[in-house]
Order: sequence, then structure tokens, then C-alpha cells
Amino acid sequence: MSSSEIYDIIIIGGGVIGCSIARALCKYELKICLLEKEADIAMGTTKANSGVVHAGYAAERKFTKRNLCIRGNKLYSEAVKELNFPFKRMGSFVVAFKVEEIKLLEEIRKRGIEDGILDLELILEKQRIKRMEPNISDDIIGVLHAPSAGIVSPYEMTFALAQNAAMNSVKFFRSQEVIKIDHSDYIFTITTQRNEFKSLNVINCAGLYSAKISKMLGLDYFDITPRKGEYVLFDRNTIQLNKILFPTPTKISKGILVCPTFHGNAFAGPNAQNITDIEDTSTTTAGLKEVLEGAKKIVPNLPLRASIRNFAGLRAVPSTYDFIIDNTDIYGFINVAGILSPGLTSSYAIAEKVIDFLELLGVELKVKEDYNPYRPKPERFTDFSKKELDKKIKEDSSWGRIICRCETISEKEILNAIQGPIGATTIDGVKFRCRAGMGRCQSGFCRPRVMEILSREMKLPYQAITKKGDDTNILIAKTKDLLLKEIIKKEIQK
Amino acid sequence: MKTYNTDVTIIGGGAAGLAAAIEVNKGGKEVLILERGIELGGILMQCIHNGFGIKEFNKELTGPEYAQKFINEVNQLNIPYKLDTIVIEITLDKKIYAVNKIEGLIEINSKTIILAMGCRERTRGAINVPGFRPAGIFTAGQAQRFVNIEGYLPGKNIVILGSGDIGMIMARRLTWEGCNVKAVVEIQPYVSGLLRNEIQCLEDYGIPLITNYSLTKIHGKNRVKGVTISKVDRNFDRIIGSDQFIECDTLLLSVGLIPENELTRIAGAEISSMGGPIVDNNLETTLEGVFACGNVLQVHDLVDLVTAESKRAGRNAIEYINKRYKKKLKGIEKIHLSAGHNINYVKPDNICLGEILGEIIINFRVKNPDRRIQINIKDETNKTLYKKKKSYVIPSEMIELKINLNNMELNPKCNGLIVEVIPQLEPLIE
Repeated sequence: MSSSEIYDIIIIGGGVIGCSIARALCKYELKICLLEKEADIAMGTTKANSGVVHAGYAAERKFTKRNLCIRGNKLYSEAVKELNFPFKRMGSFVVAFKVEEIKLLEEIRKRGIEDGILDLELILEKQRIKRMEPNISDDIIGVLHAPSAGIVSPYEMTFALAQNAAMNSVKFFRSQEVIKIDHSDYIFTITTQRNEFKSLNVINCAGLYSAKISKMLGLDYFDITPRKGEYVLFDRNTIQLNKILFPTPTKISKGILVCPTFHGNAFAGPNAQNITDIEDTSTTTAGLKEVLEGAKKIVPNLPLRASIRNFAGLRAVPSTYDFIIDNTDIYGFINVAGILSPGLTSSYAIAEKVIDFLELLGVELKVKEDYNPYRPKPERFTDFSKKELDKKIKEDSSWGRIICRCETISEKEILNAIQGPIGATTIDGVKFRCRAGMGRCQSGFCRPRVMEILSREMKLPYQAITKKGDDTNILIAKTKDLLLKEIIKKEIQK
Repeated sequence: MKTYNTDVTIIGGGAAGLAAAIEVNKGGKEVLILERGIELGGILMQCIHNGFGIKEFNKELTGPEYAQKFINEVNQLNIPYKLDTIVIEITLDKKIYAVNKIEGLIEINSKTIILAMGCRERTRGAINVPGFRPAGIFTAGQAQRFVNIEGYLPGKNIVILGSGDIGMIMARRLTWEGCNVKAVVEIQPYVSGLLRNEIQCLEDYGIPLITNYSLTKIHGKNRVKGVTISKVDRNFDRIIGSDQFIECDTLLLSVGLIPENELTRIAGAEISSMGGPIVDNNLETTLEGVFACGNVLQVHDLVDLVTAESKRAGRNAIEYINKRYKKKLKGIEKIHLSAGHNINYVKPDNICLGEILGEIIINFRVKNPDRRIQINIKDETNKTLYKKKKSYVIPSEMIELKINLNNMELNPKCNGLIVEVIPQLEPLIE
């Protein structure tokens, strides 16, 4: 890129928020780029959250996030038609074990209906509850049913958003950590460790790092602290959950839930722990124990022996407790920060709000003539009928080679993940795009073969393949390298 | 779509599949092997250490040498096989659907199926090790593949969690490569692999074995920077204050193997709680005419035992085709065999009465090590039908019993037997 190129808008952060804003803006005649610090988009909070699309009853009325969530939920129906990401409205239960909890749920229901979540229902007939979700604990006395709640694959949705934005000529730059922002004459100059970018407007969607970015321009009116949530993921088809199951919420958290994923796994989590280190995504013995114990209260027959992974994500908790979506004192700089739950649900509504702010800033929003809102659904081996499969393999033989046994992912799907718009460049990039390595063996079998394909496609040495970018190489040397080097070293010393 | 017809289809071309295929061919039946890898031999091909074949060939071979003997025989006998071919479905009427790059989708109709898919390694997630999720974490078998097949080293300073056989063998292998294996950490008070590996792979190279410790944190956000290990009490709970940090760049896991039964499940066969399919003394699963052998059934310590078991499965498949195929089956009376005191699991799960030719092979593993023990087989009335004394038992040793029910005073109404391992009764001194 030439340094003279001036963008209309630069989005900082390639999480679900940055990408949904990029996608919402890509229909206008604007020059836009997005900068992401990691080697891939969707690798921060976006990839490690519950993937629940909330109905919207949970947040307090004084917060803007309540309305954004309710609206955001509705916007999913349209988005999924255009972007073809994994999403299913399966409904949620908030469960009550005590009479006081029932009273609270009734209160939540009443207020929810007043605010437009019309299908909320308090169910007290145990038989009916059990029929709807047979795995639920016998000790439950009632549930608040929200049929409009759903599950989404958050990273697959983010890839879909980004791909559609890229199709409509938004540029994506990865491994570009912003280290400095200057502004003069209403032009922002953003310096990353690799390049310099110029823009008339900047939208800060840097998640956990959004306060840091904001402070680069002297805007220090908020802080972000990380709140860790740990999860345990279970193998596919070990428990069939029909509903997303929440405990009755407390002031700080929606609690540890038990939830199915779109792809047939189940997970338990998250707990909520305020921490200080913004990089600390480690799981802990105590945390995992808390998660499993909490989850077992709601679903006693949780398949504990079928756990395949534990992970932790960090919520970006703002000092204001509400979403920070502002036109700041610096003209052209918009903060979209502190987007914790229900941020994923609200993402489409947040993007709408950002467009409103851009209008206020006088950005001309003229719809492109060739705007294409559709992102085709990625083809999957397991979605094909036998007849289709036979045809597909004959057209392209890489459909006939299965690389990931656990999830039945073919070579073709991995190639598509690498070659597509904003393609994967790392093992995790392949994994989150097409699920190779996400199954019960956790890439035990497929990793060498995925590395082989990445190395071939990217024309990189095998040893240069990384898990998730810089300093995450899988292998360190060829066999005999260490021994031979040692011998040479001794020779030199002589 | 291409369709094949054969007497026996064998799923898996590793040690188990090859041995079974040869046996079936020698018995005069048609057989087809389906292998998902790009060569026959299965996991043996990456096991370049020696110690294979002492029982079967009376000498010590490496894994590839052992496999090659069978591959050569398969080729001499012109047994057909398909490589890079993955089975995607087995229907109730024993139709197999598979895919490969060359033929696309294929359909195979066979009179019997032998499941020989082997096993896979337990992962970090399965034992819920906490900490970060950086690069530098491998299962021992995956590291073995990287080193022995791909020719690359996973790291330099290495800690191994679990003292399974592959972990100990990799400790030695990586030491030979100039890596520094800092410790093998085992949660149990004893080694979980074979004694000979403990001596030849750890002791001989002075690699520290730390027992009664578990891994309580993996450090490093990008690459492994170290691990915290903690001493555990008898219930495997961490003892506060016992934490110890070991600096390393690589963690290998050797924490057990699990029979790989996804296809078995798809086919509709019942799986026992220990992971393998439920089988009778003919190694037939709960699906008529579908047999299982090798590590898909139970994880063996020695490949020779896999070979012997798979030959039996091959012979029984022939027997099935000759006698029972397409005959209306009457419900066969079965005796259930269950695990009693200190028994982790027992195979077979059931014994078919009326079909007993004589000797029955029973395999089991104990839960805990013990000395001066007695193995009993009892009926439901607690009457001991069989007993055998043994000086010691350890969980890493799969124990094989050969029993003949005809010689036992079996109650005709008996429908369950229990295998147990109990301390030897001291003789009463008057």
C-alpha cells in the first residue's frame, strides 16, 4: 500500500464487532480497511465465548445494551439469510430451583414483554419442562422460556462477516498491532509495527485493548478490565440438549450455563473472575471445578468423561458497565468499547448505531451499485448426500481425501479455508474456519497433514507453519539438527 | 458409484486388520482391506524402536519390520486393499460406504465385517489440564509421528505427562536426538506402561520419573514456557504447597489410549463402558456377523497379542460364513461375564453357550497393582468355578486366561460369571 492512500474509515480490531461494522459499511461507497493485531481475525474474545444469541431480557433498562440486544436478536434472522453462518434459534431456559427465583423470573418476563420480547413464557409444569429438555435436573421447579434465543458459531459468523466485507472491497490487514495514532488536520495516522495507515475516520473496536487505543489519542474517560470466563467443551453426540440452560442470574453474571453448540457439542461455562492481566486466558484448576459443579446442578448427567477441551475467554468489562459507543471529542474518532455480553447478540444493532454516528460526522453514505450482501455457505463434506459426494469427488478429487477423521473434514474444505477471501494462514485459522482438529482427538491425527497442506499452499517450509502466528511454531528443528550443531560447536571450540 | 462384493471386509490395515485378512484369505474366503492411511501397517510404521514380535516370530523386530512381514504376505496372497480410503457409513445390513480420491464413493457388500480401526490417544482436554493453550503441546504419538515419519523435532526441553509406553519410548527417542527430557510426570504411584520401558527408556538414560504428581498449569501464551506440577493425595487431589515449576518448551502427553469406535457406533453396535464394542467369545459384536479385534476392542500392551486376537477374529468370520450366514438365527443363550473386585474391564463381555468349542480366551486388566493374588471366576451364587494364583498384577499388563467351560461344573441355569482378583487366602495355622 502506498503511504499516500487515505482511507475514509479505518476499523481497529477484527473481532465480531469490528467485522460486523466493516460488513455494515461495505455497502457504501467508502474506502475502508480493518487492522487486526493477531495473525487472524476472530481470535480474541470472539472465539472464546458462549455463542448465545440472547433474547434480551437480561440487562437492566438503564443500559443501552438492553435495547441493542433486543434489536440485535431480531437482526439475526436477516443476517443469517445473507451470510449463511451456523445459527439456530433453539430457545433458552432460565431455571429456578426456589420460589424466590420464580418470583424474579416472573418480574423479568413482565419487563421483557413490555420491551417487545413477546414470546417469553414462565413454565411451571414440570412434565412439560422435562418433555422440552429431558436432561434438566429434577430439582427444578420452573423455567423462563425464551424461544427467540439461539446459538451461533461466533467465529464462523465473524469469518462470514469479514468475507462478505472483503467481497465488497473492504481491505483486511492482519498481524498489524497499532502502536501509535496521530491526528492532525483531521487526518489520522495509525502506526503499526509493520506499516502506516491514514484515514479520515477511525472506529476503535479493539475489545480488551480499546481503552489502550483510546488513550493513544488522550481519550481516557473509560477503562477496560478483563473478566475471565472458563469453559469445558464436550464431544459431539454425547448429550443431546434441546435448550440453552441458564441459572437464575445474579447481579454480576448470567451464571454458568449448559449449552449445545451448533455443531452438536455441548459446553459448560463460563464462570466469572475479575483479573488484572489482559493476556491471561489460562484456565485454572479451581475455575474448571467451579464450572463443572455449577453445570451439574442444572444438568446432572453431564458427560464428564467426554470432555475434549477447556478454554477461557476474557470479557472486556468497561468502567461504565454499559457499552461505550460514542462519537468522541476527537472529530472522526468513534469508540466502540466495553462490548461484553450481550455484545455478540447486539453486534448488528451496534453496527447500525455506528452508521448513525458516521452520518452525524458527515460521512457520505451512498450505496454501491454493485453491493452484494450474500456470502455463499461454505461447502461441507458432511452436508452432501451420497450421490452429491460421488459427483463432487469426481469433479475435484480433494473432496475424497479426509484429513480430519473426527469431524470428517476433507482436503477440499481445508483448501477452501486457506484459499478463500481472508484465508487461513495458521493451523488455528484452518481449525476455526472448517473445524479440522476440533474433534475428540484434538488434532492428534490431522495436524501433520494440515501442516503439510498449509506448507504446500503458502509455499512455506513445514517448520515455518505456526499454530496462531508469530512465535507459535509447532516444530523447532529437523531431526539430527540439534546433534549435528552440538558437534560443530565442539569442533569450533577446539 | 462403484460397488464391490466380498466375503469379508476389514476396516483398518494396521496390525489387527492385516493379521485378520491373511487368516481369512488362508481359510479360502475373499477379503478386502480398507485403510485410511496412505500405506498399510498402521501405527507400527512410526514405531521404529525394537521389541516387537517376540511371541509371534521369536525375535525382536522394529514396528515397520513387523508390519512389513504382514504386508509382504498380503501382497503374496494378492489380498486386495484400498488406501487413503475412509469409511463414512456402515448400514445395518452390512453395506459399507467409503470414499477415496480415485474412485469417489464406493459401496461394499460383504457377508461379514471385521472392525480393526485401532485406538487413539487421550488428549489434554480429556483429562482437563488447566493453563494456557500455546504451541508446543503434543500427544506422545503425534510427536512420534513428527520425529519418525516427518523428520522434525517438536522441541528441545521436554516434559512428559503420563508414563504410558509411547511417552517413555519418546523420552528415549528425543534424548537420542539431543533433546533434554526433564521429567516424566505420573499421577499414579506407579508407572502406567511396561516395566521394560521404564528400565530401558527412563532408567538407562537417567530421565527422572516423578510419581504421585499431576500437572496443574501449562505456562506460556504463545509457546510452552513451563509447567507447574503438584503432588497429589490418594484421591488425586492437589496437596497445597507442593507446587513445583519446571521450565520447558514442549509438553508431551502419554495419558492413555482409547479404542476408536466412531464407526462401530455408526454401525449400531453396542459399546461397553470401557470404550470397546461389546463382544462374545467369538469376538462378534452385538451386530450379527460384525467382528472386532485389536485395539479397537481393547488396548493391548503387545502387538503379538493383537495379532493372535485378530487371527481368531478372522477364523471366526470364516466360521460365521460357513455355518451361520443367512441362516435364521435362534436366540443364542449367553452368559454375561462381568468385572468383579479389582478388575477394570474384562473381555469378552458375553460367552455363547451351545457354540463353545472348548477353550475360551478371557482378557482383563486390574484396577490397582497387587501382590500374592488369586484370580477367581465365580457364578452368581458365589461358587468359584476357576482359580489361579499369581505373584503380582499391575494395570499395565493385560492378563489372558484360557478356560474350558466344559471342565467346569457350570450350573445350566447360570447366566452370569464374575472375574475377580483378590488377595491370596493365607493358610490357617492351627
